[in-house]
Amino acid sequence: MENSISVKLKVWRQANPQAKGEFVTYELQDIPTDTSFLETLDILNEQLVERGEEPIAFDHDCREGICGMCSLYINGHPHGPATGATTCQLYMRRFKDGETITVEPWRSAAFPVIKDLMVDRNAFDKIQQAGGYVSFNTGGAQDANAIPISKVAADEAMDSASCIGCGACVAACKNGSAMLFVSAKVSQFALLPQGKAEAKKRVKAMLQKMDELGFGNCTNTGACAAECPKNIKLSNIARLNREYISAKCSD
Amino acid sequence: MWLFKSSVGRKVVMSVTGLFLILFLTFHALMNAVAVYSLEAYEAVCEFLGANWYALLGTAVLAAGFVIHIIYAFILTLQNRSARGADRYAVTKRPKSVEWASQNMFVLGLIVLCFLVLHLFQFWAKMQLPEITGGEVLGGEEALEAAFSQPWVCIVYLIGFCAIWFHITHGFWSAFQSIGVNNDKWIERWKCIGWWWATIVMLLFAVCAIALTCKFAFGCDCIGAC
Amino acid sequence: MEENIKNNVAQPVIDSKIPEGPVAEKWTNYKAHQKLVNPANKRRLDIIVVGTGLAGASAAATLGEMGFKVMNFCIQDSPRRAHSIAAQGGINAAKNYQNDGDSVYRLFYDTVKGGDYRAREANVYRLAEVSNNIIDQCVAQGVPFAREYGGLLANRSFGGAQVSRTFYAKGQTGQQLLLGAYSSLNRQIEMGNVKSYNRYEMHDVVIIDGRARGIIAKNLVTGKLERFAAHAVVIATGGYGNTYFLSTNAMACNVSAAMACYRKGAYFANPAYVQIHPTCIPRHGDKQSKLTLMSESLRNDGRIWVPKDIEDAKKLQAGQIKGSDIPEEERDYYLERRYPAFGNLVPRDVASRAAKERCDKGYGVNNTGQAVFLDFSEAINRLGIDVVRQRYGNLFDMYEEITDVNPGELANTINGVNYYNPMMIYPAIHYTMGGIWVDYELQTSIKGLFAIGECNFSDHGANRLGASALMQGLADGYFVLPYTIQNYLSDQITVPRFSTDLPEFEETEERVQADLDAMMNIKGSRSVDSIHKELGNIMWDYVGMGRTKESLEIALQKIKDLRKEFETNLFIPGDQEGMNIELDKAFRLRDFITMGELIAYDALNREESCGGHFREEHQTEEGEAKRDDENFFYVACWKYNGDDETAPSLIKEPLHYEAIKVQTRNYKN
Repeated sequence: MENSISVKLKVWRQANPQAKGEFVTYELQDIPTDTSFLETLDILNEQLVERGEEPIAFDHDCREGICGMCSLYINGHPHGPATGATTCQLYMRRFKDGETITVEPWRSAAFPVIKDLMVDRNAFDKIQQAGGYVSFNTGGAQDANAIPISKVAADEAMDSASCIGCGACVAACKNGSAMLFVSAKVSQFALLPQGKAEAKKRVKAMLQKMDELGFGNCTNTGACAAECPKNIKLSNIARLNREYISAKCSD
Repeated sequence: MWLFKSSVGRKVVMSVTGLFLILFLTFHALMNAVAVYSLEAYEAVCEFLGANWYALLGTAVLAAGFVIHIIYAFILTLQNRSARGADRYAVTKRPKSVEWASQNMFVLGLIVLCFLVLHLFQFWAKMQLPEITGGEVLGGEEALEAAFSQPWVCIVYLIGFCAIWFHITHGFWSAFQSIGVNNDKWIERWKCIGWWWATIVMLLFAVCAIALTCKFAFGCDCIGAC
Repeated sequence: MEENIKNNVAQPVIDSKIPEGPVAEKWTNYKAHQKLVNPANKRRLDIIVVGTGLAGASAAATLGEMGFKVMNFCIQDSPRRAHSIAAQGGINAAKNYQNDGDSVYRLFYDTVKGGDYRAREANVYRLAEVSNNIIDQCVAQGVPFAREYGGLLANRSFGGAQVSRTFYAKGQTGQQLLLGAYSSLNRQIEMGNVKSYNRYEMHDVVIIDGRARGIIAKNLVTGKLERFAAHAVVIATGGYGNTYFLSTNAMACNVSAAMACYRKGAYFANPAYVQIHPTCIPRHGDKQSKLTLMSESLRNDGRIWVPKDIEDAKKLQAGQIKGSDIPEEERDYYLERRYPAFGNLVPRDVASRAAKERCDKGYGVNNTGQAVFLDFSEAINRLGIDVVRQRYGNLFDMYEEITDVNPGELANTINGVNYYNPMMIYPAIHYTMGGIWVDYELQTSIKGLFAIGECNFSDHGANRLGASALMQGLADGYFVLPYTIQNYLSDQITVPRFSTDLPEFEETEERVQADLDAMMNIKGSRSVDSIHKELGNIMWDYVGMGRTKESLEIALQKIKDLRKEFETNLFIPGDQEGMNIELDKAFRLRDFITMGELIAYDALNREESCGGHFREEHQTEEGEAKRDDENFFYVACWKYNGDDETAPSLIKEPLHYEAIKVQTRNYKN
């Protein structure tokens, strides 16, 4: 288990949103293979600070694959080469000794770079604010078991609700489309009786917001689902389309 | 109008026009097959699809389908490029489950468009258009001979068919996905149906082109033999 | 230092404002008689909520629904990232849907007992009471809880309970509950009742005439300090586990907001109660940035063991044999052996200490000797791999991704019995029961300043049971604070909105700016993380799972030295213009150092063992925690004495139990 590798990290550095960015290559020696990728960046940052340079800014928080804060486009894949895992769950044993690893920020017009590898994903919040909820005030709920919900629907809703809002789908999509993200939320509520009452309003509002914010059009390449760290399925997008078309047709 | 203003609406337009074009291609392929079987029968079909009002109406609808599909393709591609942002990725890799065609639909579409222009020039411009404008009308067989007596035409056509095949293998299931007629089970089914449909239709076209080239360019008459 | 503590005689009287009446009626009585704010006046009142975890998001959303104007601050890029999202196992509620004899009283009793009789009784009863409302609330929001085939909600059991009362959504319960709260919050943002400030970090609280009236927060993108004024301030900023550097907490979790309140006079209660979670993936090296938790639910079917024979343990440590090479009869299932009634489902503190006890005796099973096995062979042989994977598949995958070992893989067959790869686990810092002192209304000792969620101290006593953190966060945010805060605000309706140009704002901002400038100007040679790691090692070695008077005194000395090192030898690159992540971390580290000291002071003072606080001098012959109810049946509240160097003074809030008889915790029979 105690293997170490040396790698070159080719990292996008950009001082601020207006600045012109560029790649800078750093060499790292003797990284244990059971170190995570983000820990490798920590090690690099520690070395940069020791040299008096500014560390690389990147988003990260829970480091266990659930908060959706970490991003990074690593060697041509959002969240790196591992499937079904976020960048923080990527371990160095995935890389070869001497390999050059290219690390880029999410690139999408709707996700402007803040600094280095950090991007602004506020657009996702705005989409959720447009309708990603059941309009319900605290306190007025009936008993939780009052409405039975089939296990199949509940499980499917849960799968859709697993989206962590990291933005990998947008980063992976050649069109910068946010359909997988939006469809996951729309699907969760479309599958549950609680969400039915305002399903039409919701899907129209969320989609309109998505379009407004400058995300691209879905062309069903499927790259989003293929790169999604939570394996959100493409069928969610079909459901979103269906919900939207039927909502519009019943206007 | 949501069909123009919303992203899903625009995709619905692409899907519906696309499915319509697939339907047209299917009829076209069947009609061509008639030419391989019997040139006389083909002549009769051409006669029937001359400049009568039904045919003209059909042609107009078909042309509109093409035009809308192409215009929307341009609009969507431009929008999608700008959504990607000013900086492009230095390294990109295609995940295994992503079809090559799906990421190159616009380029494939452009190839198909070039092919279409050539094709219209060779056939429609000489057969139906003069009927409308009152020029000299070429019969079906004459038009075929004019085109396929040159071997390069066959090669260009085969390239065009290839492009259409790729375009349809993605476009077919994608159209159903865009109009929401899809789920976890049907996604593989649509892909399978689309693959076979595209393959059969394009094979029909290719067989025709090759057979006609054999006949008109090399004098090897296999038409009617089958 | 001890002298300081003991000699402090001027004890302010602590009023915890517990309502009159029997424990089961207190909350009802309170609600019946509290003062309310009418809708027209709510619009004129501003409330700052710092934090967007379960407590913060649910409070901000609910206050917004009620009509208050809310400003909500979030350190991450979106409220949905708060660390509540990482809670895996579930949330408790006394629904008794399983008909196994559960009730509000039993949940209350289990929580008090699990907390080793150091929680405030009235608060815990209220928590158990509203637990049922939380489940109803979340289901109405569209939280996809697990269900049975009949369509009704499913439950699982958890440590410290003999009933199945835990509701769950796969292994992502915290995520689903947080997304539920986040969705309600989003609705209020859209409606304009809540204004959301993302990538902001609270740096100080502004006090005007003895009341909290605003905060100074840093915009982490521009690097600028900004002022925000309100009629009341609620902090929901989580716990202080990252004082130990390595913990299961997220990287941004910090104690700075709580420390700012503490420095302004809010008491800090029971800091020594730190929960060590028994099922984490063991440490692998010094490059590690955090520890990963494996859900406690694994203990439902997993069996914890070490070898019976010390020679086998030595071979395991040397890597000569694997766990699956050791047959059933050679395994010591020490939890089942010591605690037959609860077995592998004993509370977290008990399970953690038992693991430490075995490892300290030399029975550790990995190269560091700091790990025990968690084995699924019996469960897989009984239920089949498919059932086990259905229950724990995502956890198995996560474990494999990190360690390269698949726990569901058949590894060996001895005498016809199949043995699967066991997981390795070891305890790690996970949750902090201590926090800002609050009264029954969740108000701190500063008027107008409230603390909710993990950030306060009240409900878990000396140890928290599994699946109770989510319950407490949401109880505070949805059902308690929105009521109690009105009791405070009812006489504030005539107070006009504050200007942030007031001298108190000016002064507070200048102070914060001066602190930041000072840190930038040290220009020493050590990075923030290197000092933080050192702090973590001091805390783990001397203020960790087993504490002694001696170790704590060493810790206090070492932390003092470390503070000096921090103040003289810190290096922060860059400047204050724009984002400076090193400066942000340094600001947090300064407060972790003070927090570390506070934990040690409290641990030193508490001459007993209870829950998450284990003093090795105070244990039974069998190694169980030995409480001292005669001398320590109180909440230890620590009051800041003007600067970080000076020891804080202790104020005691005596505990009163009416409904529960205080007794020794027993999980044996």
